[in-house]
Amino acid sequence: MTAKTLYDKLWNSHLVRQESDGTALLYIDRHLVHEVTSPQAFEGIKLAGRKLWRTSSILAVADHNVPTTGRAQGIADPISRLQVETLDSNCAEFGVTEFRMSDVRQGIVHVVGPEQGATLPGMTVVCGDSHTSTHGAFAALAFGIGTSEVEHVMATQCLLMKKSKAMQVWVEGTLGRGVTAKDIALAVIGKIGTAGGTGYAIEFAGSAIRALSMEGRMTLCNMAIEAGARAGMVAADDTTINYLKGRPFAPQEPEWEQAVAYWRTLHSDMGAAFDAVVKLDAADIRPQVTWGTSPEMVVAVDGCVPDPEKMSDPVQRAGARRALQYMGLVANTPIAEINIDKVFIGSCTNARIEDMREAAAIAQGKHIAASVKLAMVVPGSGLVKRQAEEEGLDKIFIAAGFEWRDPGCSMCLAMNDDRLSPGERCASTSNRNFEGRQGQGGRTHLVSPGMAAAAAIAGHFVDVSR
Amino acid sequence: MQKFTTLNGLVAPLDRANVDTDAIIPKQFLKSIKRSGFGPNAFDEWRYLDHGEPGMDNSKRVINPEFVLNQARYQGAQILLARENFGCGSSREHAPWALENYGFRAIIAPSFADIFFNNCFKNGLLPIRLPAGQVDALFKAVAAQAGYTLVIDLERQTIGAPDGTVYKFEVEAFRKHCLLNGLDDIGLTLQHVEEIKAYETKRRAAQPWL
Ligand code: SF4
Repeated sequence: MTAKTLYDKLWNSHLVRQESDGTALLYIDRHLVHEVTSPQAFEGIKLAGRKLWRTSSILAVADHNVPTTGRAQGIADPISRLQVETLDSNCAEFGVTEFRMSDVRQGIVHVVGPEQGATLPGMTVVCGDSHTSTHGAFAALAFGIGTSEVEHVMATQCLLMKKSKAMQVWVEGTLGRGVTAKDIALAVIGKIGTAGGTGYAIEFAGSAIRALSMEGRMTLCNMAIEAGARAGMVAADDTTINYLKGRPFAPQEPEWEQAVAYWRTLHSDMGAAFDAVVKLDAADIRPQVTWGTSPEMVVAVDGCVPDPEKMSDPVQRAGARRALQYMGLVANTPIAEINIDKVFIGSCTNARIEDMREAAAIAQGKHIAASVKLAMVVPGSGLVKRQAEEEGLDKIFIAAGFEWRDPGCSMCLAMNDDRLSPGERCASTSNRNFEGRQGQGGRTHLVSPGMAAAAAIAGHFVDVSR
Repeated sequence: MQKFTTLNGLVAPLDRANVDTDAIIPKQFLKSIKRSGFGPNAFDEWRYLDHGEPGMDNSKRVINPEFVLNQARYQGAQILLARENFGCGSSREHAPWALENYGFRAIIAPSFADIFFNNCFKNGLLPIRLPAGQVDALFKAVAAQAGYTLVIDLERQTIGAPDGTVYKFEVEAFRKHCLLNGLDDIGLTLQHVEEIKAYETKRRAAQPWL
C-alpha cells in the first residue's frame, strides 16, 4: 500500500463517485451557514421545490452584520437587519439549528463551530465563507464555497470538485518569545505569496506546529486561504482529542473511543509524497507586520517599508507603488515608526480565548496611548466572552482604555457599524488588509493580538519579542 | 444557467495583480438577499469618486474618469483582461454575479484564485488561464487599438485575435460540458441519488458518530 497524505485520506473517504475527467462527487459532513452567503441559496431551494438533504448537518449563526454594542436594541441598519431576519426565518422554516443573536453561543461561525465540537477530525466541512479553512486545524477537509455550492450542498449533501495538489508546509523548531501562530501564517504568506498555495491543499506540520494549541492551529489554517489555498490542515493528535472531549456536538461514550481510534489514523503516512514542500525554521520567524494591501506585503517588525523602485518585477513594482500610496507610507520607513489611529483585536483569525489572554497580558496595568482614537476587543463568540470575563480579562482591557464588545465579525470587514474612516490607520488582528476592507480609505496592518495590544499602548508598532 | 458557446466581444484591460473580491464588489452590497442587480456596483470604490451604499441611484453618482472601465472605448466590453491571482479573497459569489451583471462573459488572466474560478462556472462566466507572456501581449494589443475584440470559441478552446493569432486554452471536460449546455449542477448530481444514499449507509456503519 502506498503512503498517503492526510489530504488523500480525507479525500478518499468522502468520494461518492468520479467522472472520467477526475471530477468527483464529494460527500459533505458539516455545513456551516451564515447570513451573507445563504439567502440566495435558500431561495434557490424554495424556487426549485427541493428539500434539504440532511438538515442535521447544518449549523447556522449570524455574524457579519451583528452589532457589537447595544445588541438589545436590535440592528439599526434596515438592510443588515433584513439579512439577519432572513436567516432566522429560513432556519425556522427548514428546521435548521441556529444560534440567534441573543444566544450566548452566537459568534463568528469559524469560532463557534469548533467550540461546539461541530467540527470533528475526518469530516468534510464547508461554509459559504473563504475562512472555512480554519476548521482544517482538526484534521478535517474544510474549505469555503460560493452560494451556488451552498445550495448544492443543501440539496444533495455533496459537491462537485476536483482534487487539489498537496503542499506540505514544514515548520521545525521553537518559536521565540512573543512569536505566535499568526506570525507563522504571515511569514509563510510572505514567503510563498498570496497565490503560492493556489491549486493546493496545505498541510502544516513539523515540531513547531505540533507544539501549537488548537487555537494556534486554527489561526494558522484560517490564513491558508490568504496564501491562496482553499484548505489548510493539521494532523490529529492528543491536543486535538483533548480539545474535543466533552464538547456539545462531539461524540459521547461509547462512540467516543471508536471515534478517537479513527482520528488517530488522520495524519500523513511516513514517506507520503507532496507536490510541493516549503520549509521554515521557527527560530527565524519574527513578529510580523503587513505594510501594504495584500497579506504577502509583510515584513518583520524590526524591518522597514520596502522600496518599490528596488523590485525587479514590473507588476510587483506597480503593485507596491500603488499600495504605498494607498497606505500613505514612504519607502524605507522603519515599521516601528508607523503611528496608528485605531486597534482591532478580533476576527475568526484571532478572537479565541488564547488571543484574548495574549492581548490582555500585554495590556495589563498599562493604558492605550493618547493618540489612539479607539482600541476595541471583540471576542469571537459569546462563550469566549464569558470565559474571558470569568478570568477577569475584560477588566484588564477596560482599565487599559480598550472597548470590550459583543461577539461578531465587526471591523474585520466592517459590514456592521464598526469601521475605519478614510485615511485612518489600524493595527488589526484580522486576516485581510485589502483596500477598503475595514472601511473605505482605511489602512490596515495585520498583526498578532500581542502586537496589536502593544501598538495600542505605544501608539505605534513595537517589537513584543523584546 | 446561461449557456456559453462562442463570444465575439470587446476587451477591457484591468492592469493590476491580486484584484480581490472586496474590490470587485465591496461588502456593503453583500447585504442584499438577492442574486441580481450587482452590476452597477462592480468595482464600486474604483469606479466612482463618492462612497456607494445600497439603494443609491448610481446614475447620479460621480464617476471616476481615471478608472479604465469608465473610458468611452471600453463601454460594452464583454471580455475582461486581468493579471495574476484575479478574484482572490472572500468566497462571495456576489463577485461573479456583479461581473456577469455588468456585462462580462469571460475573463482572461494568467491565474485566478480557486474559489472565484469555481464560482464563475456556476454563473455562465468563463475564466480563461493563459500564460503570462500571452496575457502581456494581449494587454499591449488592447492598448494599441481602440475597439479591440477577441473571438472565444469554447467548443474548440480557442481565442482568435484580429491579427490572426489563435491562442489555445485549457478547460476541464466536465465544466466545459456544463457551460456549453447550460446545465444545472444540482440537477446533474441528483441523477446519482442512489449512490449518495449507498455512501451514507456505508459511512453510518463505519462511523456512527457522524
Ligand atoms: S471574522 Fe472576518 S474573515 Fe472571519 S468570517 Fe467574519 S468577516 Fe470573514
